Amino acid sequence: MVLGDLEESLRGTIRKIANAVTVDGKLIKEIVRDIQRALLQADVNVRLVLELSKKIEKRALEEKPPSGMSNREHVIRIVHDELVNLLGETKDLPIKKQVIMMVGLYGQGKTTTCGKLATYFKKKGLRPALIAGDVHRPAAYDQLKQIAEQVDAAFYGDKNEKDAVKVVKDGINKLKKTSDVIIVDTSGRHKLEDNLIEEMKNIFHATKPDEKLLVIDAAVGQQAGSQAKAFNDAVDITGIILTKLDGTAKGGGALSAAAEVGAPIIFIGTGEHPSDFEKFDPTRFISRLLGMGDIKTLLEKAEESMKGKDAEKTAKRLLSGKFTLKDMYEQMDMLSGMGPLSKIADMLPIGFSGKLKKVDMNTTQDKLRKFRVIMDSMTEEEMENPNIIKSSRVKRIARGAGVENRDVKELLRYYNMTKKMMKGLSGNRKMRKSLMKQLQFDT
Amino acid sequence: MFKFLKRKLKKFEEKLEAELEQEVKDSIEEGEIKESPAQIEEETSKASVQTEKMEEKRRREEEFEKRIEESLKSELHHTLQTRKSIEKAVEKKEKSRTPRISEEKLEDLLWELEIGLLEADVAYSVIESIKNDIKEELKYASIDRGNIRETITNVLQHAISHVLQSNTFDFLEFIKTKDKPIVIMFVGVNGSGKTLSIAKMAVYLKKHGFSSVMAAGDTFRAGAIEQLAVHADKIGVKLIKHRPGADPAAVAYDAIEHAKAKHKDVVLLDTAGRMQTNVNLMDEMAKIKRVAKPDLIIFVGDALAGNDAVEQAKRFNEVVGIDGVILTKVDTDAKGGSALSVAYTIGKPLLFIGVGQGYEDQIPFDPEWMLNNIFGKEEKIAA
Ligand SMILES: Nc1nc2c(ncn2[C@@H]2O[C@H](COP(=O)(O)OP(=O)(O)O)[C@@H](O)[C@H]2O)c(=O)[nH]1
Ligand SMILES: Nc1nc2c(ncn2[C@@H]2O[C@H](COP(=O)(O)OP(=O)(O)O)[C@@H](O)[C@H]2O)c(=O)[nH]1
Ligand SMILES: [Mg+2]
Ligand SMILES: [Mg+2]
Repeated sequence: MVLGDLEESLRGTIRKIANAVTVDGKLIKEIVRDIQRALLQADVNVRLVLELSKKIEKRALEEKPPSGMSNREHVIRIVHDELVNLLGETKDLPIKKQVIMMVGLYGQGKTTTCGKLATYFKKKGLRPALIAGDVHRPAAYDQLKQIAEQVDAAFYGDKNEKDAVKVVKDGINKLKKTSDVIIVDTSGRHKLEDNLIEEMKNIFHATKPDEKLLVIDAAVGQQAGSQAKAFNDAVDITGIILTKLDGTAKGGGALSAAAEVGAPIIFIGTGEHPSDFEKFDPTRFISRLLGMGDIKTLLEKAEESMKGKDAEKTAKRLLSGKFTLKDMYEQMDMLSGMGPLSKIADMLPIGFSGKLKKVDMNTTQDKLRKFRVIMDSMTEEEMENPNIIKSSRVKRIARGAGVENRDVKELLRYYNMTKKMMKGLSGNRKMRKSLMKQLQFDT
Repeated sequence: MFKFLKRKLKKFEEKLEAELEQEVKDSIEEGEIKESPAQIEEETSKASVQTEKMEEKRRREEEFEKRIEESLKSELHHTLQTRKSIEKAVEKKEKSRTPRISEEKLEDLLWELEIGLLEADVAYSVIESIKNDIKEELKYASIDRGNIRETITNVLQHAISHVLQSNTFDFLEFIKTKDKPIVIMFVGVNGSGKTLSIAKMAVYLKKHGFSSVMAAGDTFRAGAIEQLAVHADKIGVKLIKHRPGADPAAVAYDAIEHAKAKHKDVVLLDTAGRMQTNVNLMDEMAKIKRVAKPDLIIFVGDALAGNDAVEQAKRFNEVVGIDGVILTKVDTDAKGGSALSVAYTIGKPLLFIGVGQGYEDQIPFDPEWMLNNIFGKEEKIAA
């Protein structure tokens, strides 16, 4: 059966469920079976799929759909929830000095991903360096060296040294003064190769890397889990990078690996170039996994009722005076006068409204774009708590974003002004109430 | 690599047999066929007559093999329709005597088989086909008391060999008889093992007395030319290369010219890995083919791949036409299901399997061997 048929049949079942007044066991079984099929086709571990479908079936039968949500939306939400559960808590790599060790099977994309990570950290204003710890594959040294040149990262390797531990140790010693993020490339290997597993352990013990990242090709099938386990047993995996998602493979293997070792997928690779690299997005991944574009739409629809709640939360938070750079980033379209915040602006007393509008007009789209780039170079901590951004951080951020220090300072000034305005709003209870009412939220 | 598959199939076979035995017994009890006490005795003493059983078994297996080969040939010529109509007539007559397994029970057993095949990384679509074959065969196979095991083995073998298509291709014979230089182009997705497979192939050819020249047609990936250069150097074959970023078709052209001038037997043309979704790169591959006019296009697939093996093989086959397949990384504990998936999808022979980093770690593949390995002697399953 080709995927198209599957989609069709799934859509059919979903329709059936949607049309049924109450969800009966048979319909649930049917849709669970279809979802099972989709997951199996996406290479999710067979045992995992069987467990998962039992859970989904049980929940679908036991839990009542919340009001305003149809049965089908309910089932799909459950599937989504359970998959998100398997994927575990998402994570960002910290923006700080560190050593990162790349591990994985043969030909998964480890070396290529070294270049991608270097590019990523460079954008964050840190100085990356690459170490050629693969002493086995012919020309692995040349490959990494060329990549280092391409992405303008520091490089260390020793073509004639066959002791990977020595190369990596020497490299770290040489590079640690002049580089912030040291990325160690290693050989491909698999779970049955005791010698190579031992070598990997030795590199790990000798260098104590902060992050141990497992690189997995999206096409890997049922072997993903057990192979990942072997790597995890040896070096304690702290994150997964899923490569080659630009092909047709769904990456179910990576999901199995994440579930097996309990480490999150952090990035995805979407091509061969250093910039073909994105943050992992669980919902997007799951839609793709299930192989149905319309599941995403369905999901979105199902989540619409939740969204109302989200917007309400955001509004409440904004009005409570807690307003971080993160809020500002997320609500950037609001600030450009297109999102729901424009509603807030309209509600403001003339003076306030005028001020906000003035800010809008002065802040051209270009500037907003620049602000975005600057914020991309900030750490999570800085976004949450902009007060800590003092001159050394300003310098780092500016370097990462490729702008002047004064641009970063301007962003901070803009942020402070907006924040003050928000605070002013939150102080006025009466206005707050009418505002919430206007936004059609319960007060 | 097929031990796992074999175990799963065996299990299915045994369970199905048990079910059918039961059906037979039931029908006996119903009194349709009278069973003499002597026959029962023979049944119980069976286990003790080990050697006889083994010999008989071997004989039977040989017979099966012959039968499979024959039936395989005819299989393809029979349409399902004619078979159905004939069998229907037969079925009507024999209905009361032929034990049938209930649809529900069969579904249960097939579900278990399906799980087994899935765990072996056989692609979902291929499993569907295997299941349907089994269902059809069982519907129309005549099952009698004495031949339950044979029938089941036959049905399973049919289903699997259907997929494998037993499409044999004598690679060495091809190399021996074809006009020189023979151009072999290696294609596949990123990191599947094309370059290492070329190195192994050069060693294999050398061992059989054929000279070769390598063409560094991956001018894109960092270090790709150097990688092939290291291999060429170690093995002692000539490498034709251009600068990084050069036109791979031009590299191929030069290598072929070199082979003609120096009377080399085989040109081994490396290409950059590419995703089957990348239209530009797929076009580029078609262009290389137009220029190089390869005698053989080998698709190099990764044994670790799951369902995507089907998509890859399909697209590459559509764009350049695949003549044969090499499946790499079989040493990684891969269960070999992708061999079935690829073979089923494009119906082209699997020529070699890659089983390690060494130049000798490439084994010629024989579909008969695989079938035998899956359905062969008992003692092998224990391992
Ligand atoms: N299309 C695509 N190719 C990738 C991606 N990541 C790596 N590759 C390619 O995969 C192949 C193997 O990559 P490499 O870094 O050498 O893998 P390693 O053996 O694990 O170090 C190369 O051809 C890379 O260009 C990706 O995200 N998309
Ligand atoms: N274990 C194992 N590794 C293999 C095999 N074939 C290739 N590899 C490894 O897979 C990786 C990618 O191989 P390469 O030939 O560079 O792939 P290409 O990108 O398709 O040319 C390398 O690390 C190879 O050593 C094999 O049969 N077994
Ligand atoms: Mg590498
Ligand atoms: Mg290559």
